Amino acid sequence: MTATGQPAAHTDERLLRTSPLRKLLGRPELGSVVGAVAVFLFFAIVADSFLQASSLGTVLYAASTIGIMAAPVALLMIGGEFDLSAGVMVTSSALISSMFSYQMTANVWVGVFVSLLVTLGFGAFNGFMLTRTKLPSFIITLGTFLMLTGLNLGFTKLISGTVSTRTIGNMEGFESARKVFASYLTIGDVELKVTILWWAALVALATWILIRTRFGNWIFAVGGEADAARAVGVPVIRTRIGLYLGVAFAAWVSGQHLLFSYDVVQSGEGVGNELIYIIAAVIGGCLITGGYGSAIGSAVGAIIFGMTSKGIVYAEWNPDWFKFFLGAMLLLATLLNAWVRKRAEATK
Amino acid sequence: MARVRTGVRAMGAVLATVLAASLAGCSSTGGKRAEERAAQQAAEGRSAVNTPRWTFAMVTHSGDGDTFWDIVQKGAQQAARKDNINFLYSHNDEGQQQAELVQTAIDKKVDGLIVSLAKPDSMKTVVAKAVKAGIPVITVNSGSAESKAFGALTHIGQDESIAGEAVGDELNTRKRKKVLCVLHEQGNVGHEQRCAGAKKTFGGTMQNLYVDGTNMPDVQASIEAKLDSDRSIDAVVTLGAPFAAAAVKAKKTAGSKAEIDTFDLNASVATGLQDKTLGFAVDQQPYLQGYEAVDLLWLYRYNQNVLGGGLPVLTGPQVITRDDADALAEYTNRGTR
Repeated sequence: MTATGQPAAHTDERLLRTSPLRKLLGRPELGSVVGAVAVFLFFAIVADSFLQASSLGTVLYAASTIGIMAAPVALLMIGGEFDLSAGVMVTSSALISSMFSYQMTANVWVGVFVSLLVTLGFGAFNGFMLTRTKLPSFIITLGTFLMLTGLNLGFTKLISGTVSTRTIGNMEGFESARKVFASYLTIGDVELKVTILWWAALVALATWILIRTRFGNWIFAVGGEADAARAVGVPVIRTRIGLYLGVAFAAWVSGQHLLFSYDVVQSGEGVGNELIYIIAAVIGGCLITGGYGSAIGSAVGAIIFGMTSKGIVYAEWNPDWFKFFLGAMLLLATLLNAWVRKRAEATK
Repeated sequence: MARVRTGVRAMGAVLATVLAASLAGCSSTGGKRAEERAAQQAAEGRSAVNTPRWTFAMVTHSGDGDTFWDIVQKGAQQAARKDNINFLYSHNDEGQQQAELVQTAIDKKVDGLIVSLAKPDSMKTVVAKAVKAGIPVITVNSGSAESKAFGALTHIGQDESIAGEAVGDELNTRKRKKVLCVLHEQGNVGHEQRCAGAKKTFGGTMQNLYVDGTNMPDVQASIEAKLDSDRSIDAVVTLGAPFAAAAVKAKKTAGSKAEIDTFDLNASVATGLQDKTLGFAVDQQPYLQGYEAVDLLWLYRYNQNVLGGGLPVLTGPQVITRDDADALAEYTNRGTR
């Protein structure tokens, strides 16, 4: 291509101006937005108490507890990796925080920061193991998941003598930490939990990283084709470790929320949630194979999950069928997602 | 297209085979028909009162597909039919999720709430919210210590420590020396109390063994390994009826002489008591917990009655041995004991 005397139609296709509508249609999260509207309308029709303001507050809270984790998990999946330890890492983070504060009789904030360091350590461990051993992340994080599950139970029993932690509600710093991680704002009869703020902030941050920073480009490159990315000078190892640190940070936020809302942590919880985070990211338009997706999509996925899981209760359906409906909803949402994406790409 | 057609054809063939097989041989005993006959003979489920149709929600810490909670639900549903109640049931074994389910019940503005407090700390805030919203709350099964403080009308269940002590006494009567207490739900305070109670009154030594209750083969393997490694164990106490069956299998494969005893009851435990594969069972009458919870909420709504005088209403422990098993077999088969 030479620039002299070429008509405009032959300029580089990447520099072509696309209409805003075209741009919108090409977004990964478009399908999930359509799915979310469909799920919302469905429950608005079948469950009369679903549309109350207080119910929507409950749904948003449920979505935020998933969404906080789904955002970094989406980034990780765009980077082409999995993290199966994300669910129990939340519980680990809460346990560490609580037990450190209690055993050291320290200000609660000390425990909170020790927990941040240790949880980031778990994330770094995942990242290092992955880049060192060259094993698939599915295997590495499956190992971490099992080890953390065992550590949670073993250490709690060893230190506290029971399977749950001791109360730290009467210790210094608890009230201020509760304000940060687990307070809520009541407007009328709607309760808006602070996790919704954390969630919005994390999604905004993740989106900014993806779209506006060099690191974001690296994520897409590493997830799309790691060898090619390495060849053009993308620091693949650093990018991957960074992504795992991101998941660990979110696990710390979620863990602190658990601790400060309930004051006591059960050591056996969190198992199975990692799949929910992955599902939320996938509904939001992330490809299982990496290289494609968005953080906003993960938030929409979390909203779909929150609406479905609570909507089934508001609709007064028999809970025996709960998981079946959940699975069917998720499949439908994802199918719709794929269909919308195909249409969007066909019109390009 | 051809491939689709073969698929449809194969499906048709499978369906035809199933139909043919089901028509070919009828069993004259048991099965669905016997169940239907029994159901016809049972009382018709009609409402016995003319109070308005109130909505009561029950939110428990049960996992999916739990026998015990199924019986609680049956009791609650029976009372709901009698008292003209719209009864909603939901459950989750994670504290946070259970709290969210209670919140959904508050959002629905139910007329009464029944909760189990296996994880009291997770439930504290949300139960307080229900009480503040003017919803009468009754706690069932676990949380007798917290029930009153949380503002519940009453607690229906068995005091886990007392139940454990009854087990310890029974083990002493049976002259046991070394006992294994099998806990199948990590994080359940009530289970810890049971084993601790048994330890308190039991004269011999007692060890705790933690197993993953959602994974039966794992439960069996863990008990088996323990029995293999320690031959002096002469009794195993499981904390739920389905786990007794796993313990019996483990005992067989390990070739151990240990007596298997259990908390709770179901059809196979009743049979086990009859044929002496099990020593004794401690029942807390789950049917009663569900039934009474709904009935007491109805009484409170209708007549402001509260039972228990500020103390928990106990539904157990009831030690069941071989002598009682015959009478109970019919009810366990029906799924109400």
